[in-house]
Order: sequence, then C-alpha cells, then structure tokens
Amino acid sequence: MRRTWLVAATVVPMLVVSACSSRNAVNKPHNNAGGGKGGYGYKIAVVTHGSAGDAFWTIVQNGVKQAGKDMGDTVSYESDGDPTKQAALIDAATNAKPDGLVVSMANPPALKAAIERAEKAGIPVITMNSGEAESKAYGALSHIGQDEVVAGRAVGTQLKADGVHHAICVIQEAGNVGLEQRCGGVKDTLGGTVTNIQVDNNNLPAAQTLIKTKLQSDTSVDAVVTLGAQVAQVAEGAISQANSKAELATFDLNGDVAKAIEQGKIAFAVDQQPYLQGYLAVVMLTLYKSNLNVLGGGQPVLTGPTLITKENAAAVAQLAAGGTR
Amino acid sequence: MTAATARVDERVAHVGALRRLLLRPELGALVGVLVIFTFFAAQSDVFRSWAGAANWLDVSSALGLMAVPVALLMIGGHFDLSAGVQTATAGLATGIMTTYWGLQLYASWVVSLALMLTIGFINGFLVTRTGLPSFIITLGMFLGLQGLNLGVTKQVTNQVQVSNIDLVPGYHALNNILASTVTIGGAKFPIAIIWWIGFTALGSWVLLKTRFGNWIFATGGDPNASKNVGVRTGRTTIGLFMMVSFMAWFVGNTQFIRFTSIQAQSGIGQELYYIAAAVIGGCLLTGGFGSVIGASLGALIFGMTEVGIVNVGWNSDWFKLFVGVMLLLAVLANQFTRRLAEQSRR
Repeated sequence: MRRTWLVAATVVPMLVVSACSSRNAVNKPHNNAGGGKGGYGYKIAVVTHGSAGDAFWTIVQNGVKQAGKDMGDTVSYESDGDPTKQAALIDAATNAKPDGLVVSMANPPALKAAIERAEKAGIPVITMNSGEAESKAYGALSHIGQDEVVAGRAVGTQLKADGVHHAICVIQEAGNVGLEQRCGGVKDTLGGTVTNIQVDNNNLPAAQTLIKTKLQSDTSVDAVVTLGAQVAQVAEGAISQANSKAELATFDLNGDVAKAIEQGKIAFAVDQQPYLQGYLAVVMLTLYKSNLNVLGGGQPVLTGPTLITKENAAAVAQLAAGGTR
Repeated sequence: MTAATARVDERVAHVGALRRLLLRPELGALVGVLVIFTFFAAQSDVFRSWAGAANWLDVSSALGLMAVPVALLMIGGHFDLSAGVQTATAGLATGIMTTYWGLQLYASWVVSLALMLTIGFINGFLVTRTGLPSFIITLGMFLGLQGLNLGVTKQVTNQVQVSNIDLVPGYHALNNILASTVTIGGAKFPIAIIWWIGFTALGSWVLLKTRFGNWIFATGGDPNASKNVGVRTGRTTIGLFMMVSFMAWFVGNTQFIRFTSIQAQSGIGQELYYIAAAVIGGCLLTGGFGSVIGASLGALIFGMTEVGIVNVGWNSDWFKLFVGVMLLLAVLANQFTRRLAEQSRR
C-alpha cells in the first residue's frame, strides 16, 4: 500500500511536469515596465470606490503603482464600494499623515466630512474618476476623470452618424449612478430610442442570453451599447447568435475588446484611460508637493472620452492585455 | 381529540392517489413551471418559439446543473454558500495552469478537478468534525475563495480575468464535449441542457434508488438516529459537499470553455439562486425532504422568468422584485399543499 503511494507520488508530478509546454502558455505573465526612480520619496494615499475584482479599477491601481515607482513615491491603494467604509478608509489614510491624498467620489456627500478633515490636516487632495461637480467645492486641488454624460453623448453622436435609430443600453450594476449617466448621455444625442436593460455582472453567461433575447424579441434594435468591457465580450456573442445586424459599441476597454474592434466585431469603444487617472493623480501630487504645480490650473483634467476604433485598436490591444489600457 | 378512538397506524394507512401526488415535493415547482410558461408564452411569440426556448433553457441549465447537488446537500441537511464562487475557482484554476503555466489543457482540467474535490472535502470534513453549522463553515470558504480567486488571478495576470483559452491545443475537442450546440427547429440549443437533464436523472436516481440516497434522507432527517442505526453520516456529508464541488468544477469549466474567458469575481451571489431553486423545488431548509427533479424545475422557473421578462419587454429594473415575490409564493404554496396533505393523512 505504501509503495503504491510512493510510486504515485513520484510518477504523478513527473506526468504533470511533462504535460507542460510553451504551446499551452498562450498568455505570458506581464512584465511591469521598469521606470526611472524619481526619488521624490513622498507618501501618497489613494482611496477609491472600486470593488476588489473590478477590471477597470485594477488598471487604475496599476497606474498608481507604476507612478509610485517612476516618481520614487511610496503609494498605498485602498478601496471600498460602500461610501461609509470609503470615508473610514480616508480617515485612516489621513491619520497616517501622507503627503497627498487621491479620492474617487462616487458618492460625494458621504465623503465630504472625511475629505475636509484631510485638508484641515494640511494634506493636498485630488479627486479622480467621479465627483467632478463637487471637487472644487470640497476644496480639492483638481479633478482628473471623464464626464460620464459627455462620454455618453460622444457615443450617441457616433451611433447617430452610423445611422442607428434604436439602441439598447446594457446596465451591469444596478444603482450605479455613473452607468445611468452614460445611458442618459447616449439618449441625449442619439435622437432615437434608447432602452435600458439590466444584467448581472457576476453572471455573464445569463447576460449574454438576455441580450440575445432582447434582440430576438425586438428586431428594431440596431445597436447595443455596453458599459463595461466584460459585458461587451458577451454582447458580441449575443448579436451573432441572434443573427442580428446590430452595431456594438462599448464603454471601457480590455484586451479582448481591442481585439474584437480590430476584427470589426465591435464598432468602437470609449476609453477613459483609467491608467492615466491613477498615474496622473500621483504625478500631479508629486509636482504640487515639490514645485506647487497644478495641472490645468485647477480646472478638471479630462482623460476621456477617447474613441478606440479599427484604426488604432491594434496598437492598444497589446497594452490592454498587459493591464495598462 | 382524545386518543381513545382506534386508528389505523399512519405508516400502513392507505394513501389515495391524489394525496400521494400532493405529497410529492416537486409538485409545487411543476405547477409553477406550467403557470410561468403559459403566462409568458401567451404574451410573446418569441418566448414560445424554438429560439426562445433555447434561450430560457440555456439560462436554466447553468443554474439547474448546480441546483442538482445543492438540492442533494440540502436534503442531507446542509448548505454550501461557497458553491457559486467555486465555479470561478475551477475555471480560473484551469485557465491559469494552462495559459500561464503551460500545463496541457486536459492535465490542468484534471488538476482543477482534484483541487475542487479537495475544497469540497475540506468543507465536508470541517462540518462533520466541528459540528458547526455548515452556514458558517461555507461562509468562511465563500469569503476565502473570493480572496483567493482575486489574489491569485491578479498576481499572475495583472488583470482580473483569464482569457485566450481558445488558442490552446485541445480546446476544440473540449469545446465539443462541453459547449457545442444542437440545432433543433432552426435554433441552437447548448449541449449543457443535455448535461443538465442527464445529471438531474442521475441525481434523482442516486437519491431515490441507492443506499447512498437513503443515507442522504436519513442524515438530513435525523443525524443522531441515523448514526445509531449505522448510517455513516460523516461520509455522507463529506460526499455531498464533494458532489457540489464536482459540479462547480463542471459548470465553471463549461462556462470558461464556452466564453473563452473567466472573471475573478464571477459566480459571486449565484449560490443563493441555487438554494432558491432547490427550495422552490420542494427542498426543506431543515433537511430530510426534497427532490432533485424539483430543484431542476425550480431552476427552469428562474430561467423562464429572467428571459420572459425581457421577451415581453418589461422594464428589467423590476426583475428581482418579481423573483422575490415568486420565491415567497412558491414556498408558501409548497408549505400549504404539504400541510394539507399531511393533515388529511392523519
């Protein structure tokens, strides 16, 4: 009995190792681009509302990390989707006395007190991603991000130019204000009908079937707008399975979406450059601390909307696969 | 009300055919399926078409496959809150081992199975050894696996998803087994529907026709009494948790192969739908009573509702409300018919 185990214990790992081959390893582990050490040595805290597994916020975090490396700053990144907990994280960051604080404000009133406490403690604050309207009133140096309504309008305009009359807007997180704003923006400029449908980001297979069902039930739909890259991937399958001619456009980007744009399966993507939002926030605070510079003179710095189309998709695809676009 | 009147012992009393039918755990779910189908089919011609059927069967099958072992586990008296997250763990494991570490696809498929069975074993072992409620043990596993899924995926890939499995040698063969489609009436039905029917039949057979099935009922009904008469309740419980993990492996890999990518956060929250499907299908939360076929019918109700609401063009903001109300109605109806049937039996 013991011998059998011994044999198994030696043979099985050997089999496993011999089954390895570079033909299978189609994904290469990402190599972080090395950067110069700036040597500023500031301590910068970033507190966002992104949930842990969110693709978008992972890219923001990658930008923050790289900027920290390039500037030679020590950066920390914390996040919680719950506004109360995010406020507590901001307080915790303030107590650690950083040289600068970056906050995304999905729910500004809930964060107001915490942000003002940080400012009272003499910590410069930059808001990013969301909360542009309140940024100045709360005493932040500047805001970096994309106006969701403006981005939505850009999509609506583009779709109108493509001759779209009836678009469906796929919302993957119920109750997210930014997503509703995007759909609203699309509606503003499209001029036709925009129908919202709700799907579950954690159950993408069902999301695909629901989009397919919508296309089959209402054949007047000639465009699908998705609000996240992961949903765009399943929407692409839904359109082809429903034999629909609907055009597909999406907000946000990942490697697969860039590839699909290249192949013409997705018409275009609106990229708000999350990497830039994270990277720039750290750089701006570093410049402010070292040289009192404020980019944009305190006006919001827009990182989007930029359109990724067939022309520029190939170059972006490679970067997206590495988690920086 | 006195016990003086002589009565036939209830265990040998004659039970009429109608009453026997009412006592079937899956009856409520079957009625639900018929009502929901008629309701949506009357309003939408797409819903009753072949293509429409393919859609709602597709959504139902992913839920239904998991509802089969979850129902067995509930009949055995336990929950598994980690069931949803385990589907992601299984897919991510296959994906990372293959597309990042270069392990052959089938080999990583098998290693992923071993990993999942280990997770199921740990769940079952902890529940039987500590005697703590499975709710707590699997809540820990649920949270732990969420962190593990995210942590490992980000560490290895620098993103939160694993993709490109379709570029790996051997993908197409696996795709044929797990994710091909069968064309009926011009509509493409995913093969997962056939797997679902097969596993439902298998699960029902195990539950009703084998010794292990008897042990499941006994363990869930009264663990102490069953232990005293020689039922291996510990083994039964561990076996049931491992069956859930096995199915999580099957479903997770099927979805990964089908969509060629899997997200680290996928599956979170789905465990509650599995449990809801089992409950609509007549499983008691206290264990000892229920049906595998009922659970699959419960999954069918969910699938038809989710797709039906889109078919008839309702505002999908209200979907969850509809589902919640339906769940309550189904459970109340189950409770009512069962009590009625049991009362009239005495």
